[in-house]
Amino acid sequence: MATTASKTRNRETAQKLKEMADTVVAFAKKRQDPGFDIPTRALSNAKFDEKKQIITMGDASQRRNFFNLGQAKKFMQTMLVAAGCKELNEQGKTTSIRDLYYHLKHTIDGTRENTFDEQSESDPIIEDLEVTIASLREELGLFAENKGAMVGNITLIDNGDVIDGRRMGTGGWSVPSIVEPDIIQLKKCEADYILLIEKGAVWRRFNEDRYWDTNNCVILHGGGQPPRGVRRLMYRMHHELHLPVYVLVDNDPWGYYIYSVVKQGSINLAFESVRMAIPKARFIGMSSYDAEQFGISRTVTIAMKDEDVRRAKEIMAYPWFKNKKPWQKEIHHMLATGVKLELEALSSKDFSFITETYLPTKLKKRLWLD
Amino acid sequence: MRVQRRGKKSRENLFSSDVPKKSKSQPRGETAETMAAQQKEIAVSEFFAKNRHLLGFDNPRKALLTTVKEAVDNSLDACEEAQILPTVWVKIEALNGGARAAAGALAGDSKGKKEETQPVLIEATNPEPAQPVAPSMANATRFRMTVRDNGPGIVKAQIPNVFGRLLYGSKFHRLRMSRGQQGIGISAAGMYGLLTTGQSVEIISRTGKKKPVHRFELQMDTKKNRPEIISDQEMPHWEADGREMDHGTEVSITLEARFQRGRASVDEYLEQVAIANPHAEIHWSAPDGLHRDFPREVHEVPESPKSIKPHPYGVELGVLIRMLKETNHKHLGGFLQGEFSRVSPKVAREICQKAGLTASTWCAQVAREETDRLHHAIQNTRIIAPPTDCLVPIGPQQILKGLLKEIKAEFYTAETREPAVYRGNPFQIEVGLAYGGQLPTEDSARVIRFANRVPLLYQPSSCCITKSVIDTNWRNYAIAQPRNGLPEGPLIIVVHMASVWVPFTSESKEAIADYDEIRKEIKLAIQECGRKLNTYIRRRQRIAREGERRHVFEKYIGEVVTACRKMTRCDTKKLYAELQLVAKKRTATADVQFDEDGNAIKTPPSAGRLDGDKNVVVVEAAAAQTIAAEDERHGAKPSAKKQQPGLFAEEAA
Repeated sequence: MATTASKTRNRETAQKLKEMADTVVAFAKKRQDPGFDIPTRALSNAKFDEKKQIITMGDASQRRNFFNLGQAKKFMQTMLVAAGCKELNEQGKTTSIRDLYYHLKHTIDGTRENTFDEQSESDPIIEDLEVTIASLREELGLFAENKGAMVGNITLIDNGDVIDGRRMGTGGWSVPSIVEPDIIQLKKCEADYILLIEKGAVWRRFNEDRYWDTNNCVILHGGGQPPRGVRRLMYRMHHELHLPVYVLVDNDPWGYYIYSVVKQGSINLAFESVRMAIPKARFIGMSSYDAEQFGISRTVTIAMKDEDVRRAKEIMAYPWFKNKKPWQKEIHHMLATGVKLELEALSSKDFSFITETYLPTKLKKRLWLD
Repeated sequence: MRVQRRGKKSRENLFSSDVPKKSKSQPRGETAETMAAQQKEIAVSEFFAKNRHLLGFDNPRKALLTTVKEAVDNSLDACEEAQILPTVWVKIEALNGGARAAAGALAGDSKGKKEETQPVLIEATNPEPAQPVAPSMANATRFRMTVRDNGPGIVKAQIPNVFGRLLYGSKFHRLRMSRGQQGIGISAAGMYGLLTTGQSVEIISRTGKKKPVHRFELQMDTKKNRPEIISDQEMPHWEADGREMDHGTEVSITLEARFQRGRASVDEYLEQVAIANPHAEIHWSAPDGLHRDFPREVHEVPESPKSIKPHPYGVELGVLIRMLKETNHKHLGGFLQGEFSRVSPKVAREICQKAGLTASTWCAQVAREETDRLHHAIQNTRIIAPPTDCLVPIGPQQILKGLLKEIKAEFYTAETREPAVYRGNPFQIEVGLAYGGQLPTEDSARVIRFANRVPLLYQPSSCCITKSVIDTNWRNYAIAQPRNGLPEGPLIIVVHMASVWVPFTSESKEAIADYDEIRKEIKLAIQECGRKLNTYIRRRQRIAREGERRHVFEKYIGEVVTACRKMTRCDTKKLYAELQLVAKKRTATADVQFDEDGNAIKTPPSAGRLDGDKNVVVVEAAAAQTIAAEDERHGAKPSAKKQQPGLFAEEAA
């Protein structure tokens, strides 16, 4: 099903990987220490683009050399991952990042040391490789495990199969890690908006109550922090179908951060913001004012821990929240009350309070934050 | 002994004169008269026969060692005094047990066969754990020890006294650095042999090529402390091991003993003698047929030490009283000047004045209380320290030679301190260290103790040397050390105390008493050596670190090359070689950069800062081996640890 465009991209990626190896050969020939510049994936190198309202990656990079005691192993691992991707590319296959980990894991000749000991070692190396040769994961032929689900008034084509968003049962359509146009096409859509829900469990309540049917929308969840596939799909629906995006999360700093990532992009994957961030996404709930507004009992709130307070203050200082009065007020109020509130807390009123009263009220009264 | 006697006297007084009534009230008890009948003089020899542990004959195993030790010490002393390069033959034969045949063949003389009819005695338990010897040897309980030297020999008239009387000798009545101090040793060994086997001590001695050879068989009358001559022969020739002995002495003692190897064995003793006496040649024939030669490394006899008179600071009141009584000097001034070292007429006058006497006071008229004042006055007068030319240290070069020939290490250093004084006795401390090489890495360091070149094998924990070693902070010198313990690692510490009078804790000369002055000197000497050891270890660690770095890089080169080949067309062999060159270059430059003093260091295999030090020896081959072994360990260990979670992860998946 690969399109011409994707074929070209694959050729480009193959070329970039070959160049990487050529660099090493050239350095060795000159009797020099081989190394690459890897763009830094850290807050220090994440910039907020005021104009585009997204986080972009700065120019800072770190040199990864072979003959440096602290970097030697990582250098070797980077080369292995690159070689693995080259193999995938040549064979025209895709594979999971866990699969790649096993593919590359072996004992180094003449030692008792493994190339990789855990997948947590290979995953960041893949991200390093992505930024180094400026190729996305999907271009390298890698995907992560499916995470997140979707139902709603939408029809898609997934690898040639028609997916009717209205007939997905209780589990919904599992959102794949790669949702590029060569695999997923958005065929038809009647929905008015997209609703991203933080947790799978709450999403099930919405699906069971057929909220998407009564309110004519698409509901998605990302199992906590939404993975790249979910974010990319929302981005495409937002841009291609012009649907507004609403984010419904727990009322805690972690919830604010999920919204922040959807809206501006993440620090770690700042290079992907351009194709994922949705600056116009709206924060529909839960707000720190909701407890009073909807008469939620104090008994279902959770006291903030020191860690929560620290994190809330950190988020308050993010450049994209700093100059927004409503946001400052929102987070201030959370710190003032000193409590967190989970989405499930709304069930203290009634099981379907969230779908029947809470969300319709919020939307109707336009009680969201930008 | 003294305490016991005093106790008896006071009891005598109590019963006989002061309170006679008390004895009547206890009619059934002993009376002073009956007790008096039992009170009689004890001969020194009788006392030691009963208290043989005081002289180092506590158990059969130790008895054998002590006997060898006394004989060898005497031989070396005699040779050095006569300025002869010593050659000593030590032979021990088993006279019973399964090894009889082998021992007999080795001995080749009639004495060994005489005992063949002896029943084999088997002892059930081993008192001390030791390395096993040939199984036949473990059963043997009767041995014949023969020590022969090429010394000056002993004149005929003195042979019976030297070997047949306790406390008879040349060494007690002088202050002179020598191995023997009291004149107990060899005669006590002979007495022990006589007591346990009934066999006579045999002595062969010759004082010169043109002199006759005397052969004695002696026994000892322990009651009288007098020798009994069993036989006395004169022979024209003396042939031993196929050569004519022009001069020398041979002593044979048959004794009940046990032969074992390992700690505190004859082997260990002779090995240590060889370290401290590199000028001696020793031939050692063990009862199990093993033969070992300790070659001569130094071909000069150590200078003969001079005798000195006692220094006033070291004299005790009782000794002073005795000396005053025995002196030939008439006047006190003359007595002080003549009997002590470092007393000038001026100092003598000062002492007398402080004691309320004059230099012309008659010695015989000094009263008991006046002696007390005199003793006090001596302690309060500034007197120059005793002369130290009476000390003959082994010397750092000789210690190094001794260590090099007997111990397989990679780093050696030695130090001789300047002489110092304790209680008026001059002494000198020497320390040698051997590190690394084939020495065991897991155990505590081995401390080898010497007093006047004699190895001390027993009672390490009560010895001042061991205490000083423990007292030193070895962590300063890159050596591990548990709290209040000996340092740990591949280390041997040799400490030698040379003195005109070594303060032993007992007659068996096993441990040096703990004087502050001595401990201080030992620690200073250890510290001097320790600093050099530290420099060496740090340098070695640095080399090991570099090796480790190189090892890490080389480990990954193969992987990187394979990865490159998968991505681009390249010559893998060439790439591999090139990357290895880069790795070597990178670690070589690092060698220069990472000197701890910030100096660019020379090529790694040199001794660095220790290069010009003549008191340091580094055996490079051994050092290189150790580094390689460490590399291996460092390389394998971390990965072995890491492998575990990896395996579990796989299982979980």
